[in-house]
Amino acid sequence: MAIDKIEKRIIFSSMAVMGLFVFSLLYAMKKYKSNVPECLPYDKAYAEPKVNKLDDKTYQVFSVASMWQFQPAEIYIPVGSEVDFYVTSKDVVHGFNIAQKNVNMMAVYGSINKTTVKFDKPGVYDIVCHEYCGVGHQNMHAQVYVNYPDAK
Amino acid sequence: MQVSKTFKRIIFLELSIPVALLIIGIYHGLMQTIYRAGVLQDTSFAKLGYYQGLTLHGVINAIVLTTFFAVAFGHATMTYYLKQEPNKKLMWFSFALMLGGTLMASWAMLAGKASVLYTFYPPLKAHPLFYIGTALLIVGSWVPFFNWAVMYTQWKKVHAETKTPLAVIGTLINFTIWFVCTLAVAYEVLVLLVPWSLGWTTTVNVALARTLFWFFGHALVYFWLLPAYIMFYTILPKVAGGKLYSDLAGRMALFLFLLFSVPVGVHHQYSDPSITQGVKFFQGMLTYGVTIPSFITAFTLAASLEYAGRQRGAKGLFGWMKKLPWFDENNFLFSYFICGLILFIFGGVTGIINASYSLNTVVHNTAWLPGHFHMTVAGPVFLAIVGMSLYLYSGMSGKPVFMRKIVTIVPYLWMMGMLVFSFGMSWGGLRGEPRRTNLGISYLNPKSELFRSDWVPTTTLAMMGGIVMFTAGMLFIIAFFGTILRKRKAAGSLEIPVSEAYHDEKRVPLFDQFKPWIIAMIIILVLAYTPALINVNKNSGPGAPRFNIDNPTPLASDNK
Repeated sequence: MAIDKIEKRIIFSSMAVMGLFVFSLLYAMKKYKSNVPECLPYDKAYAEPKVNKLDDKTYQVFSVASMWQFQPAEIYIPVGSEVDFYVTSKDVVHGFNIAQKNVNMMAVYGSINKTTVKFDKPGVYDIVCHEYCGVGHQNMHAQVYVNYPDAK
Repeated sequence: MQVSKTFKRIIFLELSIPVALLIIGIYHGLMQTIYRAGVLQDTSFAKLGYYQGLTLHGVINAIVLTTFFAVAFGHATMTYYLKQEPNKKLMWFSFALMLGGTLMASWAMLAGKASVLYTFYPPLKAHPLFYIGTALLIVGSWVPFFNWAVMYTQWKKVHAETKTPLAVIGTLINFTIWFVCTLAVAYEVLVLLVPWSLGWTTTVNVALARTLFWFFGHALVYFWLLPAYIMFYTILPKVAGGKLYSDLAGRMALFLFLLFSVPVGVHHQYSDPSITQGVKFFQGMLTYGVTIPSFITAFTLAASLEYAGRQRGAKGLFGWMKKLPWFDENNFLFSYFICGLILFIFGGVTGIINASYSLNTVVHNTAWLPGHFHMTVAGPVFLAIVGMSLYLYSGMSGKPVFMRKIVTIVPYLWMMGMLVFSFGMSWGGLRGEPRRTNLGISYLNPKSELFRSDWVPTTTLAMMGGIVMFTAGMLFIIAFFGTILRKRKAAGSLEIPVSEAYHDEKRVPLFDQFKPWIIAMIIILVLAYTPALINVNKNSGPGAPRFNIDNPTPLASDNK
């Protein structure tokens, strides 16, 4: 099979570029511990909204999305905490996005989504529903308060 | 070549009906940018709701237009290259199914009974006719594929040692991908959703439905793209004044699409629950595989364009760019192709970012995503579709193109509008601006406590781009229907520009047959999707009842 010399080069460079991308991806995952959400089997224990304090710096949040609110709507945690977010939905598909922390999950009926994130800086972090979930979608949001002056 | 009256009539209908529907589709595109920028702070305008309009925009532009065109262009290509017209009864049958399906789904959407967006994720429930209509549209597009397959087999019997024309290979590959991927959505719609929406079954496994949808949903984008690729490989070099740099490269790229177009859908579900990280990573790597044919295409097309420029007397390293027929109104197809390709550079790069596994968590479901895919489906795909629709219509009807100058400028206007729009959307997405959201009511309403001032510049840019694109789109629609209303000047025949190959390699049997490729396709597909389907069945809890878009209380089911 005769392939043009220049073309051969370009096919190899295409593959080399993609190889570089794969390497960067793996490198970033290792260095920054960035990953996609974890996969858990369904358990109805997560369908009860709550904030669990495991120790001073470790929290669990069971966030339940429904038309058109997140429960709990306000989450208070101290600065430096590591938080496991467990997300599910009571009805249609919702989104769970904390853009400032790159937390990005879908809330799905009958499924449990999970990710872990550390809040190093004080402030108010918006949780925005970013999946269409009916007529009230644009109002669906919640907040994480990290050592905010008003924090309880 | 001369074609029969019936053939012409069906093609004209298949080209003009979606262009007419584009009036609704493009109007709702503009409206969304206006709502999102906070200029309109309402749930509806002119009695059509935001999410209803969003559904119409997605279904008409991305499913109806693309499917009708793929069928019409496939008919034209197969007929032109194999010198044989498809069976007329089957052509009518397919057209009737597609039209009937489109009418059903359009009714459901316009009546406000299916504002569930074009992804129709359950447990949001749409009217059963929305699902059935979509299914009919798809089934209607299968019919010609079987007919073409028979035409090809017959042709191949006589021409066993002749290289099958690239456009024929491309069309058959495209519809093979389409047939395979639509099996999943047909199952989702007919087995899971229709009985559930009618209340015959009580619940649906949402994670499974999403996985089946994206089995279809990503291959769908290649079904949009491949007609444009066929035009770029087989027509663009000719209209640029040159030759296709390499014929074999085109074949390789197309067959690689057959392998990698379908088993990559889980990259739309990186943020989903119930699917393991391993499955997601594996399909992410397969997605990188699909970039290889795109890189091959980028190189081959750039080389073909450079060759064309040099044939036109260009000198130096970049002189060929100046010599290309940018604004040649007697050759308007070129402007549609080139603008699409320029947009596709950005569309491709942003696409690789989305595919990049954990990097996707930065952008998933934000405005970045529509920013990306408007530079693919509303870039090369849309421009190639409308440019070619007008070209085919004018040629086959013998009617000269109306407003030729404006027709030549439209793609440039569209491209500029698109660049501004997509820049605004992508920038907003990086600031967390959600997609598919009527921002004007909350986040872009200064009176709301949710107001986000940092999304004002991004949504304003998107609106400005939207206004420019709307203008370009309407100018095109006026030119298209203006052409239809003109008087016939010539007999009218089916003519498609054919590019010769600069490197016309000898026939390589491997790249002139389907069997080994289809077997490889199925193997990769089974490897990629068996674990995903096991995951969503094993990790899912109870199924979901039906929900209307305006009420958190589920609908009662007949079985209770």
